[in-house]
This record gives sequence, C-alpha cells and structure tokens, in this order.
Amino acid sequence: MTAALILIMMLAPAIAAATCVVVRRAQLAEILNLAASLIVAVTAVTLTVLSADGPRYFWNHYIVLDLTGAWVILCTGLVYLLASIFSVGYMRLVGENDRLWVFYALFAGFALTILLSAVMNNAGLYWIAIELTTLVSTFLVGFERGPESIEAAWKYIIIVSAGISLALLGTLFFYWAGSFVLGPTYDMTWEALRAAAPKMNPALAVLAFLLVLVGYGTKVGLAPMHAWLPDAHSESPAPISAMLSGALLNGAMLGIVRYLTIADAATVGSLARTALVAFGVASLLVGALFIVRQEGIKRLMAYSSVEHMGVIALGFGFGGPLGIAGAFYHMLNHSLNKSAMFFGAGNVMRACGSKEIAAIHGVWRRAPVMGPLWLAGAVAITGAPPFGLFLSELVILRAGLERGFAWATAAMAALLIVIFIGFLNHFRGMYFGDAESDASPLKVSAWCIAPMWLALAPLLVLGLWWPSGLWAHFVAVAHALAGVQP
Amino acid sequence: MLVTSLTPFAASIISLLAIVSLMLAFVMLGSRWLNNYLYAIAAESWVIAALSAAVGVVGHYPELYVIAALTALFRGVVLPWLIWRIIRRLNVAREIHEILQPSSALVAGALCVIFSLTVAYHVGQSLGLAGTVAVLALTVMLSMKLIGFLMLAVRHEALSQILGLLVLENGIFLGAQILVPGMPMLIEIVILFDLLIVVACFGMLVQYLVAHVGSTSSLDLKRLVG
Repeated sequence: MTAALILIMMLAPAIAAATCVVVRRAQLAEILNLAASLIVAVTAVTLTVLSADGPRYFWNHYIVLDLTGAWVILCTGLVYLLASIFSVGYMRLVGENDRLWVFYALFAGFALTILLSAVMNNAGLYWIAIELTTLVSTFLVGFERGPESIEAAWKYIIIVSAGISLALLGTLFFYWAGSFVLGPTYDMTWEALRAAAPKMNPALAVLAFLLVLVGYGTKVGLAPMHAWLPDAHSESPAPISAMLSGALLNGAMLGIVRYLTIADAATVGSLARTALVAFGVASLLVGALFIVRQEGIKRLMAYSSVEHMGVIALGFGFGGPLGIAGAFYHMLNHSLNKSAMFFGAGNVMRACGSKEIAAIHGVWRRAPVMGPLWLAGAVAITGAPPFGLFLSELVILRAGLERGFAWATAAMAALLIVIFIGFLNHFRGMYFGDAESDASPLKVSAWCIAPMWLALAPLLVLGLWWPSGLWAHFVAVAHALAGVQP
Repeated sequence: MLVTSLTPFAASIISLLAIVSLMLAFVMLGSRWLNNYLYAIAAESWVIAALSAAVGVVGHYPELYVIAALTALFRGVVLPWLIWRIIRRLNVAREIHEILQPSSALVAGALCVIFSLTVAYHVGQSLGLAGTVAVLALTVMLSMKLIGFLMLAVRHEALSQILGLLVLENGIFLGAQILVPGMPMLIEIVILFDLLIVVACFGMLVQYLVAHVGSTSSLDLKRLVG
C-alpha cells in the first residue's frame, strides 16, 4: 500500500514530464501538470498520515518513508499543487506559449527530484537527488531568458554546485568515518551511519558535519552562503519562486536534519548545534538588513525566505522536542505562506508592469479581492497572530530559552521585530501610498487568486485550532528525532 | 583498511599519482589560456583513472577496474570533448582581465596546500594514520578543493568556472579512491554520469549567456545586486 503510493507519487510527475516532451502542446502540458500535482498532493497527505507508523523501507533499503521525509513530501506536494494552479493563470501572461511545454516538463521534473530527495535512504543518492534539483531548476530560473534571468540562473548553478560539492566531501568523510566501524564496504544508509556514529572519530565527524552543513546550507540559503537565493527567487517565474522557496529549501534542510541526528549520535551534537544556531542567527541578520532597505518586490520575499530558513535552522539547532516540533511546523507554515506571498508578488508585478516596490501603489483600492489576501499573508509571514507562523516562532523561541541558547533567542526575537517593522513598512507604501496616483483596477485572473486562498486558509485555521491527530503526529516527530539526542 | 596495509612500493606509486594530479591543478592555476586548462583537466582525469586501477590492483578491488575504465572514458575523453566544443563555439581563448595574476595565484595555491597539509596532519594523527598515504590523500583532496574554489574566485570566464568546479570534483574523486576504495560502485557510477549531465547543462547555459547577456565573463554579471 505504502510502496504503491510512493510509486504513484513518483510516476505521476514523471509521466506528465515525459508526455509534455513528446506531445509539446501548451494546453495539454498545463492539464497534465495540474493532474500530476493533484495526484502528488493527495498521495503526499496520505503518506504523511501513514508515516506515523514508524519508518518503512522499500527496494533494498534504498527508499525510506519516515516522519521527517514525509513532512518534506507534504510541504512539497502542497506547494506543487498550489504553484500548478497558479501557473495556469500566470504562465499565459508571460508570452512564451511556444515554449510552455518545456516549462511544464521541467516543472514536473523539478517536483519529482525534490520528492526523490525526500525518500532517498542512502546519503550518496540523496546528494545526487539534490544535485538533480539544481540542474532542473536552473533552466526554470532562466526560463524567461532575459539577461537578468540568465544571470540569476548562472549564479545559481555555479554557487550551488560549488556549495554542494562540499556536501559531497562531507558525505565521503562520513563514509570514511563509518568504514572504521562497519568495514570498507557498506551501504551508506542513514541508519547505518547512525549506528556507526557512536564509534566514529569525533574530529572526523565534526569535520564531516561542518562540510555537510556548509554544503547543504548553501542550498538551503543560510547566510552567508545565500548569495544565489535572492537572484534566483526574484528572476524565476512566480510559481517557480514559490517552488524554490516552499519546496526546494525544505528538501535540502532535510539533509542537514538527518546529518544532525548522526552528529548527535557521534556525541559531537553540541558543536554541530552551535554551528547551526550561528548560521540561523546570521541568516536572520542578513534577512533583516536586506528586508529593511529592499527595492524589489520579489527580492523582498526572497530575503524573507533567508530569514525563515534561519528560523527553521534555529529550531533544529536548539533541538529538544519543542525545537524540532516548532521547526517542522514552521516549515509547513512557511511553505504555504511564502507560496501565497510569491503568488501575490507575481500578480502585482504583472499587473503593474514593474518589479520595483516604488512603482506599486494603491493595491488596497485597486485590487479589492487579492489586495486584502496578500496583506493578510504579509501580516502572517512576519509572525503576527493569529496565523500559524506566530505559533511556530513562539515555540522555537521557547525551545531556545529552555535549551540554554539565551543569546540566540534574544537575537532572534529582536531581529524578528526589526523584520516585522521593515517588511510591513513596504506594504504600507504599496497599499496606502499617495491618493492621487493611478487608480485603474489591477487585473488578476481567478486562477491566480484561488491558490492564495488555498494557502492562507489552512494557515489561519492552524493558527487558531489544532486537530488532535496533528498534535499526536508532532509529538511522534519530535520524539523520533529527539530520541537520539544526548 | 587499505592505507595501512600498503607495501612501500604500492604506497609510493599511489603517492606519485596523487601528487601528479595536484601538480596538474597548479598548471591550471598558473596559466591564462583556456586550452591549457582543458589539457590539464583531461590529463588529471587520466591520472585519476590510473590511480583507481592501481588501488584496484594493490587492494584487490576488481570493481575499481570498471571505475578506472569509466573514469578514463567519461572524465578523460567525453568531458574534455564537451568542453572543447564549448570553447570552440565561444571565441574566447584566454582570461583577459585577471583578478589575480597567475604568479600570485600560484602562491595562493601553495598557501592552500600548506593549510590542507596542516588539517590533514591533525586528522591523520587523531585517527592514528600519521605517516600513511591517508595524510597525503587528504592533503591532495583538500588542496584541490581549495584550488578549485580559488579558480572560481579569481577567474571570471564562464569556462574557467566550469573547470574550477571540475577540479573540486576531481579532488573528491581522487581522495575517495584512496580513502574509501570499497565505496559501493553504484554511487561512484551515478556520480560520474551526474558530472556529464552537469557539464551538458553548463554548456547550454553558456550559450544562453552569449545569446542573452552578450558576454561569458562573470564580471559582466552585475545586474542583480542588493
């Protein structure tokens, strides 16, 4: 049953991508991708529920479905569905109808590679899946073929490839460290590494973990390795920005989390955590500085992603059941919320014909349906109640205090307040600017507004009320990961 | 553990091959002609193939012969050919505005090697492997990593950057052959293929750079800031 579901989840985007390449028609590609994303979203939710029974292995232990992986699958599936709905309306405006089949083929392929990375049970194959996500998404980032998008695509592939080659070195060192315990040839599954970890040489384990952290941290967009992120997020088409931010970053974060449990088992967890916390605070700081003085609307969202990845890194870095549960919850919240924000930014950008925040004004009056939604999203993403992000950030702050990271908790709280003010100040300008300006209504299609509703509604619900099943799931996730902590 | 059970002769052959590939990385650092980079990377790949075969012989790992053959074929022939095609299309023969003179780059490279040696020495000591090939392998691996990053940082032609990434990869691959020769073959083969796809993607992107940005120098990529 579970195996069949995983297979369906992989085959749906694979078949959609292959058919797009063969048929090469925009309309069909659109429908195929939408259908695939619907299948992925439904199976992803089901798999998340099924994953509560503990880890399950398939195909000679190459594939795993565990709580952590399933959570990333859930985020990816939901964002993929939302972005697919959105791109039906959005991509028709881009004016590349002849090449639209390429877009959808790559889009489905991109979703497939992220899902693959989440179920890989072998550290080497996980690395390859992450590398593949880069290769596929590079061409999505450069899809619009302007000088800016090609520049962004080039920076993206060079920086990320160089970064994750460090992760490969770290992976190799972990294998080497394990080979002292398990013999020269063994399958580098996560649990094999965890089992070997207590007897690993601590110096080698630290070196390996730091390499992996910097490597996958580049892909996650943790400062100071975030340089590619604002460019790629701001220059790609809006649905791809949402996928990059809401799905891809989580996929790479998963690697860090998995290696963190290995570092914990190797009794070098405290140093590993401190490093992760330091990267988290640095990301928040960079995010805050660039958000306050930002001029591009999508770059604003991109730096907000840097900030939120920092928050998630802090959650995992603090650790403990609270930190882990908060970080995972924040992952889902951020995925949904940031998708809605990028959709709104894309809509406004297309309607106003500019990427500059200064050129956007009077959104409140000119977009009576989308305007309030986007503003609600902005309030949510800065961590204001009653949305889910308030809750998850609060949980992470509490975890920081409980686990003795007072300085990081204080820095996090202060920077979140700075970001709250800076971020919403931009929205004040865009919504309630000078009154005599152009008041023509912004045209936004229903395809482009519907996914914003779909993303924000669960955020509001989860901010106010938690079903008991979800609560139980989080307790299970936190204990599964926290169980191997010192 | 292979590295502790080598005969002096085997150890010196492996050391020699590792050092030759490090030297070839320096050839790239000291030149400003793209063709030289290409020859150096091709030669380095052949040296690594020879190293795989040598480790296969002394460590009795027959699957390493397959890896050696594939390395020679893919890294030594197909990859250089792909890159040669890109160079031919580009009309760029050399680095024009060096950020760092080749001579200064060589000195910087030497500093990288010294740093790597220090790290490798300490790791080797804590593992009880001081004085074995492992320390040399670690040194070469880390220095090639740093030299690759140095190339990425101080060279700005698109092709130099691709080749810088290949130096990074070569370093890891070389270290893997010596330190963990028993690594499952599947992984190594997938990584080899992965590299081909990477370079193919780079090739396509370079063409876009020419067509849409009008330059292959990263110094001209300055539209996106802040």
